[in-house]
Amino acid sequence: MAGCELAGWGNNGASWGELVIAGERGLPAAILGAGERGVIMRGLGRSYGDPAQNSGGRTVRLQSDPASITIDSMIDSVNDTNEQATVTCGAGVSVDELLNVIVPQGYFVPVTAGTRFITIGGAIASDIHGKNHHQDGSFGNHVRDIELMLADGSIVHVGPDEQPGNDHELFWATVGGMGLTGAMVAATFSVIPIESSLMSVETRRIDDLDELMARMAASDDDVRYSVAWIDLLAKGSKLGRGVLTNGEHAGADQLTSKHASRPLAYSEKVLATLPPLVPSPGVINRLSVAAFNEMWFRKAPRERHDELQTIAAYFHPLDMVGRWNRVYGRHGLLQYQFVVPYGAEDTLRRVMERINSAALPSFLTVLKRFGPGNAAPLSFPTAGWTLAIDVPAAHPQLPAVLVQLDSMVLEAGGRHYLAKDFHTNPEAIRRGYPRLAEWQAVQRRVDPFHRWASDQSRRLELVGSNPNAQLENR
Amino acid sequence: MNNALKQPQTIVVLGGTSEIGRAIAHELLSPSTRAVVLACRNPEGVDTTPFQQAGVDVSVVAFDAADTVTHQQFVDDLAKNVGDIDVAIAAFGVLGSQDEFDANPAAAVAAATTNYTGAVSICLTLAARMRAQRHGHIVVLSSVAGERARASNFVYGSTKAGVDAFAQGLGDSLAGTGVRVTVVRPGFVHSRMTEGLAAAPFATQPEVVAALTVKGMRAGRHTVWAPGILRYVFMTLRHVPRPIFRRLPLG
Repeated sequence: MAGCELAGWGNNGASWGELVIAGERGLPAAILGAGERGVIMRGLGRSYGDPAQNSGGRTVRLQSDPASITIDSMIDSVNDTNEQATVTCGAGVSVDELLNVIVPQGYFVPVTAGTRFITIGGAIASDIHGKNHHQDGSFGNHVRDIELMLADGSIVHVGPDEQPGNDHELFWATVGGMGLTGAMVAATFSVIPIESSLMSVETRRIDDLDELMARMAASDDDVRYSVAWIDLLAKGSKLGRGVLTNGEHAGADQLTSKHASRPLAYSEKVLATLPPLVPSPGVINRLSVAAFNEMWFRKAPRERHDELQTIAAYFHPLDMVGRWNRVYGRHGLLQYQFVVPYGAEDTLRRVMERINSAALPSFLTVLKRFGPGNAAPLSFPTAGWTLAIDVPAAHPQLPAVLVQLDSMVLEAGGRHYLAKDFHTNPEAIRRGYPRLAEWQAVQRRVDPFHRWASDQSRRLELVGSNPNAQLENR
Repeated sequence: MNNALKQPQTIVVLGGTSEIGRAIAHELLSPSTRAVVLACRNPEGVDTTPFQQAGVDVSVVAFDAADTVTHQQFVDDLAKNVGDIDVAIAAFGVLGSQDEFDANPAAAVAAATTNYTGAVSICLTLAARMRAQRHGHIVVLSSVAGERARASNFVYGSTKAGVDAFAQGLGDSLAGTGVRVTVVRPGFVHSRMTEGLAAAPFATQPEVVAALTVKGMRAGRHTVWAPGILRYVFMTLRHVPRPIFRRLPLG
């Protein structure tokens, strides 16, 4: 029995299946040749859990030629200062490949996650968000067209707007749809104009959670990019102390002479790749994380303005170390990300206190304010606070703590992020995503014979309960 | 599917009245559990209350280990009713008494059929299903009695020796398929099965066996001794000459 073992970025819960690497031409055969356990598309495997693997079935990686990237720029005739540029590219193109092409030409992706090693197809399927969500929304907000291969191998183009001839329901079911509506072949999305490849960053170290949250709320309208790193191991009144970084794309006039000659220079490399030699329990524990947190907090300036940072340093710092997830050792990591609506600050604080009292060593705790969500039923972001923690998956207290956190989050009307979830259950998703049934109706319409399947779709019963019984009804 | 915490969603206990089998299933219960199936020869009056919790579908179904021709249908029905089978615990078995077996060889054949032939049949049938899923975990209850047969219960011991060898081989044959087998070798366990018998050294409880089993499953062990010290006890006993072994006060 051949095949290969695939896991998500959490480096655990691997499952066995068949991996097919196909170009655009080979895609129909790759999709139609899947057996009864179905098929799912996989990008660069940066989802933390199990959405891009399919135990006993098929997983397909679409290889798109970076030469497929085209930039279409037109000046709005009514208001000629408002430049509307779009990019069209294959869904298998990575953000890394994309940035190498578009940054030197003066454009930036509308939304970027914390890593540039994701594909455009993955960005849409997870409807990723970034540090600019409060201003610009998630990736799906900027997509104009998706070229989608359906379960029968046919191709459709779908866009966001309700108009004759456009299946906008399918578009919004595909945004955040975790690959369960079809295989994205290509997409067109808007990009933002930039004058330089540098970020102008304001950093502020804040000693307690209340002040941090107040400052974040106050600066929402003023800055395009904003995120806070917080220390959840610090005890007592220091709990939730953090470093707030706000950023803007630096204008040409902000550059120093060093950069002014080549304002759009962009060349980012992975400095080193972590070998698979980390001792099996990993090196992430309460002591190492507490030491790191203390260092990170102290290294941050009390207040610093107008610092110039590269795109990679500001958006993708972890990408400098390839396979950094290996520091968690053989049991891997679990990333827990949820959002609770504004007004549920008390819940947010209780969640943080619980993580603190269990001394979960969260290495990268990130707090961010979301703006309003979009029309996609399974899109994660919604107006509120989102917190993401990274913890070793084998931490003995983790199962008990997560049960408590989940119920706090769901009771406050919050939800979990499907691109990261690897522990909740179908009930948690039904409660967190009240429009799940609406999404399922569209999913069933385009995939009546359950061709699309992933470990996650089975685990969370995303396309309905017990797919084996449904197979009988084919 | 298991989640990142290695919590299964569907748990099947073959021998649904076995205290050890039930204790292992109970130890595996989590908020991720969707279905617990207690498969028993006589489904009537089986207590499901320990497994009742929100979101869990607990069912009791008929299963006769000795009636091997029914096993394929049994597994097909399972797959239809609960979806992928994440964990199956083969916990059925009869202890019998050596005196009874000596007097009535047919009773010994019945015990051998249930304990060994039944285990071979259902585990192979489950393994085929799990191979298609490319994931799943079969837990096979062996016994230290199979490590070295004793005069006082050598029929039982020999069935467990057979099961143990079978399960080890099955586990190895499934390497690289995503399906795993864990062989559990408990010592003397205080339960209904051993009621009235004099306890052997290092006697333990079903809950202890369960905790060690689940810990071993999560750590990826292919063999679990319960309690752990028995591994070293039997490492020694295995090499004791027969004339001495049969005089040892092992119950």
